[in-house]
Amino acid sequence: MDEEKRIGVFICHCGTNIAGVIDVKELAEYAKTLPNVAHAQDYTYMCSTPGQAMIRDSIKEHNLNGTVVAACSPRLHEPTFRKATEEGGVNSFLFSMANIREQDTWVHMEEPEKAMEKAKDVVRMEVARASMLEPLTPKTVPVEKAALVIGAGIAGIQASLELADAGIKTYLVEKEPSIGGNMSRLDKTFPTLDCSQCILTPKMVDVERNPNIELMTYSEVEDVSGYIGNFDVTIRQKSRYVYEDKCNGCGKCQEVCPVSRPNEFDLGLMPRKAAYVPFPQAVPLKFTIDMDSCIKCDLCKGEEACGDLEAIDFDKPDELTTVKVGSIIVATGFDMYDVERKEEWGYKVFDNVVTGIEMERLISASGPTGGNIIRPSDGQKPKSVGFVLCAGSRDQDEEDGAKPYCSRVCCMYSLKHAHQLIEKIPGCVPYLFYMDIRSFGKAYEEFYYRIQNEGGKFIRGRVARITEDPITKNLTVTAEDTLLGTPVEMEVDLVVLANAVVPAESTQKLKTLLTLSNSPDGWLLEAHPKLNPMSTTTDGVFLAGMCQGPRDIPDVVAHAAAAAAAASIPIHKGSVTLEPIYAIVDQEHCGGCATCIGVCPYGATELNEVDSKLVASVNEAKCKGCGTCGSACPSGAIKMQHFTNEQIMSEIEAFAQGW
Amino acid sequence: MAEEFEPNILGILCNWCTYAGADLAGTSRTQYPPNVRVIRIMCTGRLDPAFVLKALSVGADGVLVSGCHVGDCHYLAGNFKSRRRVALLRKLIEEYGYDRERLRMTFISASEGAIWAEVVQDMVNTIKKLGPNPLKQVGAAGAAGQVGVVADDEF
Repeated sequence: MDEEKRIGVFICHCGTNIAGVIDVKELAEYAKTLPNVAHAQDYTYMCSTPGQAMIRDSIKEHNLNGTVVAACSPRLHEPTFRKATEEGGVNSFLFSMANIREQDTWVHMEEPEKAMEKAKDVVRMEVARASMLEPLTPKTVPVEKAALVIGAGIAGIQASLELADAGIKTYLVEKEPSIGGNMSRLDKTFPTLDCSQCILTPKMVDVERNPNIELMTYSEVEDVSGYIGNFDVTIRQKSRYVYEDKCNGCGKCQEVCPVSRPNEFDLGLMPRKAAYVPFPQAVPLKFTIDMDSCIKCDLCKGEEACGDLEAIDFDKPDELTTVKVGSIIVATGFDMYDVERKEEWGYKVFDNVVTGIEMERLISASGPTGGNIIRPSDGQKPKSVGFVLCAGSRDQDEEDGAKPYCSRVCCMYSLKHAHQLIEKIPGCVPYLFYMDIRSFGKAYEEFYYRIQNEGGKFIRGRVARITEDPITKNLTVTAEDTLLGTPVEMEVDLVVLANAVVPAESTQKLKTLLTLSNSPDGWLLEAHPKLNPMSTTTDGVFLAGMCQGPRDIPDVVAHAAAAAAAASIPIHKGSVTLEPIYAIVDQEHCGGCATCIGVCPYGATELNEVDSKLVASVNEAKCKGCGTCGSACPSGAIKMQHFTNEQIMSEIEAFAQGW
Repeated sequence: MAEEFEPNILGILCNWCTYAGADLAGTSRTQYPPNVRVIRIMCTGRLDPAFVLKALSVGADGVLVSGCHVGDCHYLAGNFKSRRRVALLRKLIEEYGYDRERLRMTFISASEGAIWAEVVQDMVNTIKKLGPNPLKQVGAAGAAGQVGVVADDEF
């Protein structure tokens, strides 16, 4: 080393989080005895303004050229202390953090002496590392002034409109033929009883009309490469077999189409043709031909139908489009729990057992019954309806794929269904079998009271079994009333299973493409559960709506707007600073064996001829800093900056001084 | 009375999954044995076999490598490469006379703090059964770091 190392060690008390378990003064005294340490001190809250000032001032006062802060996790405050180090006039990469809170005093509270020993070891290891650190310069790259939103349910729609209104070109990709998502299936929304379509359709139309939004329906993201500010996204636009620019939405192709099959939008409760739009308010109002069921009779192309418009082409191929965007919002929503797996409730076995979302279609004026609530078995209006709440939620039965979490919407939509039944069918009594009624939102509890007053009956207990009378098709619901402590058997005309929401199947592929993680419950993992629920650990990728966890419409809209705001920050800033943590090749030592080419997941390493010798090099922009090439290089020619062999080896040596 | 053997275990954890999981164990105040000292790397793909050999050569009683679940790697496939390296290394250290159980690789996500605590407990139990690094017994003579089974000149 050219220059004498002078490291300052700063020990944080973190109130009593650290100082309540170990003796921070002793730790500071210990740090002073370590090689290269020129200064050590402790302070109540190192991350506070005076704490940071202490680092800054000590650097100057003691002429330090490296810092170690022993405090919380670097995943929390590394940026804070890097900045403080930089402000003291020392390169921010000459700072290292000793995690003595999350990985020490919080997990060894009951063994303070051993926690102290560990704290000393950790500080010693970080001081050794800090002694080997090298100054690095972050790189600034320009940001593409466009964004991608994946999924066009209410979350994706909201996020796109916010971005577009902020002047950002937004590509909105939706896998279905129309935007709208699950919200477009709903009849009314709780607790205000707003008509779902009435509040959603204007937003859908806004999306179509907004000049900043490029809508790509019936499309899926095929590939993503690049990094924050510069993502290259390949999108497959599946063929509708209809030219969108020629189709005027007249629907004549649908009229003549002889094929009939269940409409997915109505969960199979209503038929559709092979030439179809999923629902009347679809955006864009362009027809799609379902080639899996089309019999190619050509009637839709005839003069009676599409005729001179010539919008239909059975040979129209899929199209691949590549777009460049600065940030990406994932808004892929949810699926419904497959409640058929709960055999005791007889879904799909008994005609008159339906799910909550099927109930929505049965109530909806645009649904299969035109808004008449009838039993599937005989078309009669039900006079008594049983609701099974927590159908697959708050349930630890892993074998049935049930979920331990609360789905957060089922209590409220079941209350709403109860209200609608009372309103639409005079004399109809809804019986809600519940575990707890969770009416936590604004005006939700009041809505719950309202349904009680309107005549909704509440039985506290999980339904154990549903049986069917084979002649009347009436259902007998068996449960335990846990408030009275008695078993209940009740005959009802119809049963609605308020089934859980589960992570969308289609999100899985995206998760890999965008290198996202999920929490144990399967929802996408946020950067921080409280302080950053709309960001992910992949810079430039954000989450909106249910893909991150169950939430109702107002929370989805708020989350989507937050994601849009977060996604617009790098775009409006115009540039992003990238961590200089990338690999570099010492071409002198490189043998040109190409091992690094094979292990790099990003194609960032390449082999070139330099002075008539094949040598590797690393493309800094493509390198994400995993360091795999560095550990694979047989000649030790690749240096993984900030995680060099020397730095890690020095930590191991310092570790060994602990015994 | 002989003091109970407390293993010195080196943890080499990836930043995105297991290190975050270990942080979560802290946030949740999940208590586990204080025998592991952690080195943070961005990805377990960074695991140079020399790190493991070095650690054992300087007297570590065990090395615990832990990264993201297979398929969840923040860098797509670093954990696959590390898994292969660890599998080979486990055979290699046997050649040097170490029990292969002294080296372990696990896959623990950012949300699995409780599993991290379990893994540490289990690793500590395993190493306690195996006893101290044999080099430590031999090497009362040599100070830590002096008894090398691999040449570490290049570092």
